[in-house]
Amino acid sequence: MSETLLDINLVTKKFGGFTALSQVTTNVKQGERFGLIGPNGSGKTTLINCISGILQNDGGDIVFGGKNLQGLLPHQRTRAGITRTFQIPRPFHTMTVIQNLQIPLEFISGAGKSQKEIADEAMSILETMGMADKANEETSGLTQIELRKLELARAIAAKPKLLVSDEAMAGLTGQEVDEVLQILFRFNEQGMTIIMIEHIMRAVMQFSHRVICLDAGQLIAEGTPDEIVKDKDVERAYLGA
Amino acid sequence: MRYKFEIGCVIIFLIAFLLTQIGGMNRFFFFAGFAIMQYVAIATAWNILGGYGGYINFGTAGFLGVGTYTAIALYEYAGASIVEQMVAAGLIAGLLGLSIGYFTLRLKGVYFAIATLALAIVLETFVNNWDFVGGASGFSLLPKRKPELLGVLLVDRKAGLFDNYKEFLFVIMTLVAIMSVWIARAIEHGKLGRGLNAIKDNEEAAECMGVPTLRLKLIATTISGSLMGISGAIYPSYLTFVDPLGAFNLEFAVNALAMPMIGGTFTWMGPVVGAVLLGTVQQIAIVTISSELNLLILGVLLVVFVVAAPHGIMGWFMKKNK
Repeated sequence: MSETLLDINLVTKKFGGFTALSQVTTNVKQGERFGLIGPNGSGKTTLINCISGILQNDGGDIVFGGKNLQGLLPHQRTRAGITRTFQIPRPFHTMTVIQNLQIPLEFISGAGKSQKEIADEAMSILETMGMADKANEETSGLTQIELRKLELARAIAAKPKLLVSDEAMAGLTGQEVDEVLQILFRFNEQGMTIIMIEHIMRAVMQFSHRVICLDAGQLIAEGTPDEIVKDKDVERAYLGA
Repeated sequence: MRYKFEIGCVIIFLIAFLLTQIGGMNRFFFFAGFAIMQYVAIATAWNILGGYGGYINFGTAGFLGVGTYTAIALYEYAGASIVEQMVAAGLIAGLLGLSIGYFTLRLKGVYFAIATLALAIVLETFVNNWDFVGGASGFSLLPKRKPELLGVLLVDRKAGLFDNYKEFLFVIMTLVAIMSVWIARAIEHGKLGRGLNAIKDNEEAAECMGVPTLRLKLIATTISGSLMGISGAIYPSYLTFVDPLGAFNLEFAVNALAMPMIGGTFTWMGPVVGAVLLGTVQQIAIVTISSELNLLILGVLLVVFVVAAPHGIMGWFMKKNK
């Protein structure tokens, strides 16, 4: 775990006169479990929108695996190996669970594969997520935890090198949080680098090798979970002076 | 049966052809049949972008009108045959779809719909002021006498394959309708259709899952526009007189949208069922009640279906099967 996979260098994003991200610099290493925390409105989602290409950063560079991502569209970044999940699950709601997974499987690595092969691959991903029995259900009938797992499963189907998980656990019970954590640990063991954005501190601290904290668009702290928990700036950002 | 759809297409074409070979049939049936087949083609073309991709195109009349006036201009300039007119109209309307798509497909939802509506109005204004094709006073196109194809005399009362032009054009329109449905079905069952469905469900998520959303939307707009243009190209030969008010009539846009919605937008069968049903009702209403009433019928049906059966006739039908 030494090679840098994602290099974020002086990234700035402005919305009109409002600076949502101000010269954020950090990096994520190959195979790392990377935590991203910060109070509401601190710029976490803006940062991952810039990484995934939904927003283009106004200043600075984002380099992934040695390649500058500037100007690449989201689908090109997904092909390059970055996949994100959404804070509020966004399933393809007119499709069944398995069809949801078939979209990334077909569009990213599906060249030359038959529909049968793609469906088999989707099924095996659902099996590892413990969702095989839901494969042919409509997404409208899924519970909150199932929707979260579908969101992750669909991202996994894109075969990312870097998975960006945006609050995959918000609104889940303690037991469900552990279930999602286990899934993420398992994919990390298989070599996937993971950025976790999370408000549930127990989860993000247990999960991460390294954590950064944003506040009002600035990076205010970076370190191991233990260091971050003790950091005075982080405490101030969350609790006030 | 494996080739059920293909065999069905051939049978429908043969029926249409054989009907024209029965002597002594009232010509109005072919006139009405043409209108229904034209709506099958238009509704199907509309559904490629609107039904699969979720982008509501209000500019159907614009694409049809471009096809119509491409045909007229070519006829006036070079005396082009109907097949040449259709090919050229398909190309130009497709190109229009591609370029309009490039500029407007970044707009979402209602903004895209308004932009396409504006397209039809701009084009109508343009044609209104283009004297070469008749301007606002219209253009009358007299079909070529005794047209031939590969040595076969197509239209002639005594020796031709068809007795008159209405029958000939009815068969041509049936062919175009079948071709449109064939293409729409191939898209629906292919990668393009699945990508468009993902776009309809959630465009941002689709993009993040590797779907090149802009490219797929452009392909859909080009194919959809091209098919509309081809349908429009046959229109002047069918009516023998066209003016901008008729060619760019909003009624086309409303029908193109209402027929798939009533039939069901998620399958190729929806626009076909909607167009055949509504087209037939409209033709009957025109003859028996009044030519203006058909729009009222359409409006009432659309409201009823949007409220009572949002997935259209096919949705209602397929749910029952589950």
